[in-house]
Parts: sequence; structure tokens; C-alpha cells
Amino acid sequence: MRIGEAARVAVGALVAARLRTGLTVLGVMIGVSSVMVLIAIGDGTRREVAGRVDQLGSNLLLVVPGKLEIGMPTVSRMQLSDVEAVARVVGDPKRVAASVASGEMVQAGTAKTFTTVAGVLENNRTVLVRDIARGGYLSRTDVDSARRVAVLGATVARVLYGDADPVGRQITVAGVRFRVAGVFAPLGQSLGVDRDDEVHIPLTTAQRLFATTRVDGLAVRADDPAGMAALGDRIVAELAERHPDSAFSVVTQDQILSVLGDILDVLTGVLGATAGISLLVSGVGVANIMLVSVRERTREIGLRKAVGARPADIAAQFLAEAVLLTSVGGVLGIALGAAATVAVERLTPLPTLLTGWCIALSFGVAAAVGIIFGVLPALRAARLDPAPALRTE
Amino acid sequence: MTAAIEVRQAARTYRVGQTEVAALRGVSLTVRRGDHIAVVGPSGSGKSTLLQLLGGLDRPTAGSVVIDGHDTTTVGEAELARIRNRVVGFVFQGFHLQPRTSALDNVALPLVYRGVRRAERRRRAAELLDRVGLGARARHLPGQLSGGEQQRVAIARALVTEPAVLLADEPTGNLDSASGGHLLDLLEQLNAEHGVALAVVTHDHDVAARARRRIVMRDGRIITDTEHDITAAPTGPARA
Ligand SMILES: Nc1ncnc2c1ncn2[C@@H]1O[C@H](COP(=O)(O)OP(=O)(O)OP(=O)(O)O)[C@@H](O)[C@H]1O
Ligand SMILES: [Mg+2]
Repeated sequence: MRIGEAARVAVGALVAARLRTGLTVLGVMIGVSSVMVLIAIGDGTRREVAGRVDQLGSNLLLVVPGKLEIGMPTVSRMQLSDVEAVARVVGDPKRVAASVASGEMVQAGTAKTFTTVAGVLENNRTVLVRDIARGGYLSRTDVDSARRVAVLGATVARVLYGDADPVGRQITVAGVRFRVAGVFAPLGQSLGVDRDDEVHIPLTTAQRLFATTRVDGLAVRADDPAGMAALGDRIVAELAERHPDSAFSVVTQDQILSVLGDILDVLTGVLGATAGISLLVSGVGVANIMLVSVRERTREIGLRKAVGARPADIAAQFLAEAVLLTSVGGVLGIALGAAATVAVERLTPLPTLLTGWCIALSFGVAAAVGIIFGVLPALRAARLDPAPALRTE
Repeated sequence: MTAAIEVRQAARTYRVGQTEVAALRGVSLTVRRGDHIAVVGPSGSGKSTLLQLLGGLDRPTAGSVVIDGHDTTTVGEAELARIRNRVVGFVFQGFHLQPRTSALDNVALPLVYRGVRRAERRRRAAELLDRVGLGARARHLPGQLSGGEQQRVAIARALVTEPAVLLADEPTGNLDSASGGHLLDLLEQLNAEHGVALAVVTHDHDVAARARRRIVMRDGRIITDTEHDITAAPTGPARA
């Protein structure tokens, strides 16, 4: 029997048992679409992380207090003098950015918002590559004389001023009056975090405002990507000498990327496995429905054998039925998955990315489920003894 | 050359749990081309079992059945299926038509397993439906046909492969006597005009009376095998 003939018979049988077919297809659809959405989220997140690293460049070193491990964050012992010491190690103060951050209430008239207020050096914008949409950034003088000027993230600007231009206006940060010097160009969301929800003020002003002398962390733009590891070691050595009882760590963008990549792999694996289980369940459903179908059609199988169907013909017929079930479920599942992916992109902060590879994989898995879970019922049908099969009523 | 099917000391036992049921206890007979056989006997005597062995639908547990030169005890499942497709045609008491399939496609079904193209299948099926007098009902579903008509469709299906032997298990069992009579006319005509050997299992005396050769079974054995036709000698009664 040709494949076309097997497919024709399979279509007829599936159409005849519409409701059952529909429910089984629905199960496969849900399995396929959930696999697809989760892969799309995984891929989207990966792309976003890679994009962020690209934007920052691969020659950025982050210096943070404490050891690199998951646990309680270490309170920094670093101060402005340490920043200057690191700048001497690096050989160029323009390449060393420093910051101290705190969550504070920011207010303009009656509008207010609780946001991250970062005290930074004037070189922050160039070291960390930020674009200004309106006005300007902090200047050397702003930092040196601890002026009360602020640069607003796009979200903060929108919350406080709507579409109006905030440059030159007065805001209060933690109750203290500041003048708005500029507004950042928006960065958008990253891993579910709104990166435009921040305000930059001079580091010196921030230390006074937060009543501290600490610096939370440094960012160093290396001039030579090849010498980064050595530079990192020298920076850590310098800091360790200055603070013998504290630990410091240096991380590169590549390290962050690889750590995030590992986390994403585990996350995608767990999510994928969860979705895979629903696909597996739908596969069991397919096997179940096919076994019912084989039992129901015992007489038909007996008759087909009586008129010359070989075991392989019968197996092909039922296998075609199972594969058809899951393929239709696969195609509809891809449509549902694509719609769900768009919905996730629009309605949640999760990034998504639909690739052809993901679509092909989803469909391939569905078809494979049909073959794997169709084999047992197909073999059972193929082995059916024709004589007793024809006696059943 | 005239032997279409050779049965030698064939036995068939069924296992039901711990007990063994002997449906056939050593049966020998030869079905020749052009034969017209009626198989009669009390219920449970093994008539249907014998017919299944004759058609390769089942295999003997002892002895042998040779269909068109192929020993069914030694060939594989696929080869046995090919033999069923090429050499024999079955007609069942319960018709066994596919309910959602037109009369035409029901008749064409055996040709599917012979690899005949769809158009050609339908052309040949239409021819057979014409021959059994149902040419005008080709598009009808089995449910839209009377019992007698359904059985004629089943006969057309059994003949579409041009088999050497037609095996019918109580073909008139579900029909009134008039339809049964028509059916027999048809079978006899096929036998006479096309030389198709007929082996018909029946409880019906009228049906049995019209056969040239009569095999009487009891308790899994053939007790008499007699030929009414003076031109051929009986194959000899099996031991009772
Ligand atoms: N699949 C089976 N399993 C167990 N026993 C069986 C099976 N098929 C037939 N038998 C037994 O074999 C014996 C012969 O059965 P068979 O169907 O050949 O009789 P029959 O002569 O056709 O009877 P009837 O006239 O009632 O159709 C019976 O005793 C029956 O119970
Ligand atoms: Mg019987």
C-alpha cells in the first residue's frame, strides 16, 4: 500500500471520529505551543544578554567588593581614594568609573517616584556608553564641587514630566533640591528590569546625601582587551593592599555572559522539560486514542487482512493516523505558540525571539511523538489475527 | 494442476486457558478448479475453521494446507497475505463491508493491496458491481442497501481480484429465501462461466442441494465427501 493510500485511509478514520481527534489534537497543540513559547523566551533572553554585552563592549571590567559567589552582598569598604588608586594602576582616570547607589524618592511638583539614585563620576557616560536625549551629562566641575544636578532616566523623566522637557527644572531627591541637567536616551527593558528607571547625580553629592564615604563599585574600560586579565589582577592586588581584611573581585563582560548563559541554560532546560512533559502527556494521549481506535476497528483490520493487507500495510495505516494526528496538532500548536509568543512579548517584560529553528524543532518533536507513540498501537494492529478479528461483533 | 487447494491431515486446536479445543481433528480434501462444494454439518463441527484454513486466514496446528502450491504452514505473514489477495476471495455471513465507504470503494479494497492505481481500481470495481447487478448503486453506502444487495457487494469484492476459489461462510444466513436464491444463481453463474471454484458453508438444505459436491462434517472431521456429478469421482471419504 502506498503512503498516499495510508494517508487517505487515516484522514477518513480521523474525520469519522471528529471529537476524539479534536481533543487529541488539542493536547498535542498545547504541548507543542508551550515548548515553542519557552524556547522563544529562552532565545529572546539570550539575545538580549548578548546585545547588552555587545553594547557595553567586551573590554569592560567591573570591580566589586567581596568574593564572586551567590549569597549576602558585601558592604563595600571602597572609597574615593581607592578610585584614584585604581586610576593610577590603570594609568588613565577617564577609564575608571565609580558609583554609589541608593533607592530614593524623587519628586517634581506633585509627581513623584521611587527610583535608583546613582552617584557617579562625570566619565560614567563614556565608560558605560550612555546616550543623552536632552540637555547634557554631569561635568567634572559638578563632581568636584558636589553640585546638586541630576540626569534622569527616560522612565523617571516621563513619570515626573510626561512629554514636557525637564531640562533646567527643579526636582527634589530625598527632599533635597536638584536641577535637571539632562535626560538619558531610553535603554528599554533588560531581563525584566526597566533600565530607564534611574537618576544620576555627582558621586560627591550622593555621598553627602546618603551620609556615606563609600563607593559601591568600579567599572574600568581597558584599552587592550588582551591584557584584561592581567589588569584585573593588578587592580585586585592594589585594592587588597589598601584593604587587607577585605576581598575584591573583578569580572569581565565575557564572564558575566558565560555565567548568565549557564543560568539561562539551566532555566531553559527546566522550562523545556516542563513543557516536554506536557508534550509527553499528549503523546500518551495519542497512544491511548490509537489503541482505542485499533480495538474499535478490529473487524476492519481483520477484513483488510482477509483481502490481502500485509502486517506492514496495517502498521503503515495506523502509524500514518498517529503521525497525522500529531502533525495537525503540531501545525496548529505552532500557530498557537506564535500567537502566545506575541502575547508574552506584549503583555510581559519577558523578551522573546521566534526562530525558524524553534518552529522546525517544535514540529519535528510533534511528528516524532506521533511516530514513537503510534508504533505500539500500529504493531498491535499489524499483529492482529484476522480470523478471530472477523468473528468479533 | 487442477488442485487449487490441498488439505492433508489438517488439525486445528484452540487453546482457551488451560483447556484445548479441537476444532479440526485431521481433515484431508482437495479443492479443484471449478469445484462447487457445499460444507454442511452441525454447529461447532468445524466448518468455519476449515474454511479459514482453505483461505489462508488461519493455519493448521498439524498437517498442511497448500494453496496454489504454497504451504501455509511454512510461508510468512506477508506471503500469506499475498496468497489471500491473489488466490482466494472471502464472503462472510456478516458481509463485513466498510460502513463509511461507498459500494464501489468497498469492492475496490482488495486491489489497494495489490498496488493497483485508484482510477483502475474503480474501473474494475464498477465492472464487478455491474456483473452482480448493482451498477447503479456504486455510490451508495452499505447502510443504504438491502441485506441481499450488501451481500452482492461483498461477492463483487471477493471476485474483483479474479480469484481461483471463492470461500463463502453462510452467505445466505442473513438473507430471506428469495434473496438467498438470487445469490445462489449468481454464484452458480460465476462458477459455470468463469470456472471459479466455490466452497460454501451452509446450514441451508436448498443451498447444499444445489452444490455438485457435498462435504459433511461432524466433530472436527469430514464424515462424507460425495460428488453428484458423474464425470468426477469423489475424493474419497475421510476416516470418520
Ligand atoms: N477462536 C476460537 N477459540 C476457541 N475455540 C474456538 C475458536 N474458534 C472456534 N472454536 C471452537 O472450534 C469449534 C469449531 O468451530 P467452528 O466455528 O469451526 O464451527 P462451525 O461448524 O462453523 O459452527 P457454526 O455452524 O455454529 O458456525 C467449536 O467448538 C468452537 O467453539
Ligand atoms: Mg461457522
